[in-house]
Amino acid sequence: MEYFLQQLINGLTLGSIYGLIAIGYTMVYGIIGMINFAHGDVFMIGAFIALAMFLILTTVLGFTFLPVVLLIVLIVSMLFTSAWGWTVERLAYRPLRGSFRLAPLITAIGMSIVLQNFVQITQGARVKPLPPQIRGGVTLMQGSTENGTILVQLSYMQMIIIFTTIVLMAGFTLLISRTPLGRAQRACEQDRKMASLLGINVDRTISLTFVMGAALAAVAGLMFVLLYGVIDFYIGFLAGVKAFTAAVLGGIGSLPGAMLGGLLIGLIEVFWSGYFSVEYKDVAAFSILAIVLIFLPSGLLGQPEVEKV
Amino acid sequence: MSVQAETLLSVRGVETYYGKIVALRGVDIDVHRGEIVTMIGANGAGKSTLMMTICGQPQARNGQVIYDGQDITLMPTHEIISLGIAQSPEGRRIFPRMTVMENLQMGAALVDPGLFDEDLAKVFKLFPRLKERIAQRGGTLSGGEQQMLAIARALMSRPKLLLLDEPSLGLAPLIVKQIFDAIRVLNEEEGLTVFLVEQNAFHALKLAHRGYVMVNGNITMSGTGAELLKREEVRAAYLEGGRH
Repeated sequence: MEYFLQQLINGLTLGSIYGLIAIGYTMVYGIIGMINFAHGDVFMIGAFIALAMFLILTTVLGFTFLPVVLLIVLIVSMLFTSAWGWTVERLAYRPLRGSFRLAPLITAIGMSIVLQNFVQITQGARVKPLPPQIRGGVTLMQGSTENGTILVQLSYMQMIIIFTTIVLMAGFTLLISRTPLGRAQRACEQDRKMASLLGINVDRTISLTFVMGAALAAVAGLMFVLLYGVIDFYIGFLAGVKAFTAAVLGGIGSLPGAMLGGLLIGLIEVFWSGYFSVEYKDVAAFSILAIVLIFLPSGLLGQPEVEKV
Repeated sequence: MSVQAETLLSVRGVETYYGKIVALRGVDIDVHRGEIVTMIGANGAGKSTLMMTICGQPQARNGQVIYDGQDITLMPTHEIISLGIAQSPEGRRIFPRMTVMENLQMGAALVDPGLFDEDLAKVFKLFPRLKERIAQRGGTLSGGEQQMLAIARALMSRPKLLLLDEPSLGLAPLIVKQIFDAIRVLNEEEGLTVFLVEQNAFHALKLAHRGYVMVNGNITMSGTGAELLKREEVRAAYLEGGRH
């Protein structure tokens, strides 16, 4: 029981990170029907910027008060990835809009390769470590087994991750459902031509969608650095594939679906590693995806198109 | 300044292509301030293409679209709309997964939010049915309700020129009458300028001050609504048999 609870907490933490990345996939897919395969690498860039910023602030500039440092790191890396997301859309995807569907997809894979190799060349292929910054936590439960005592712990880091994710999700849901910008995004998603006939600047709305997704990926990147303490140029690939899986599992195009899918993938992975084998955790996650898609092709929360003529 | 003579929209020699296929072959049209002008023509004549060309999607390859003294031929669509043109397009294009309220809010996207409630009350007075459906998703409305919503959504932008593409298509005669009455009221009471494209030639010509006939991407006839109704060619091609 204690073991189960501990795995549950770990799974929710990991799932939160996947969920935040998955939102970027699902929003971009929703609005232009394209899988932005470079999104996982935006997350990686976010993690690198966060690490670099952190080191600059603490060692070069000598800041010591952690909350302020983290806040500055977060803002800088969000700004950077936002600018990055905007630029990629402007340079690599917008010129291809209106061409055949596979063209931007291929460009996205190209962007992903460019990013990974750029970081590999400039930063080196070795992992970059960051010592744990937020230590400690609370012990929720204590139990004893034949092998000794077992603790259920919720670390402060995990609390921060879960809490931040909940706040961001709530904020995002409100933004999409209540604000004029969110309405414009949904309008573009449902009928781009009509949105422009109502005076919506469609290109600008699409750019903003990329910017929002990239900003969330930066948050996930910072969390990843702080949680695991090591990053390399390749983290974006696997995390990206997982988050994409999460988005598809939850129903691509659906915001709550992305979050749910992220949590599920995180939980499946952690429980599988905890109870069966670590080596096959990815196999388990992708198998579940395949099974769900056989029975629910539009994902768990995806809406089948209902339109009346 | 004479109200009748002041031109709001002027289409000059417009040619539009879809790839290599020509859809409009040099169209000339004038819409004066305060008028209802209709264009009738068969399926595929290019009526909807003209509506969309005015809004810049697709843009005219040759010729000019002048609105309120400004050349808008090559402007991006959202900028054209911001000048005060609204369109209720072919096929209505209601946002299916948005509520009636959200569809109307989208219509008012460029308008000062302080005016929203007043405008909302106005369109509900015109189409009381929409008020009953306020929280319902656009995709679940009936065809007639969707048409009302499309027109209401266009009106929410406080247009100076309203473009209506086949507002009667697929609707029961009673609903068609309601919608045409609403257009007349808007024109008479608010002085709204309306450019209306229709297959339902009889109703459209009766409603409009002036009309044009389009055949195969060309304007073949023009005149007042009453004149066109009397013309033998118009009767033969668009009225006999197609009349409600």
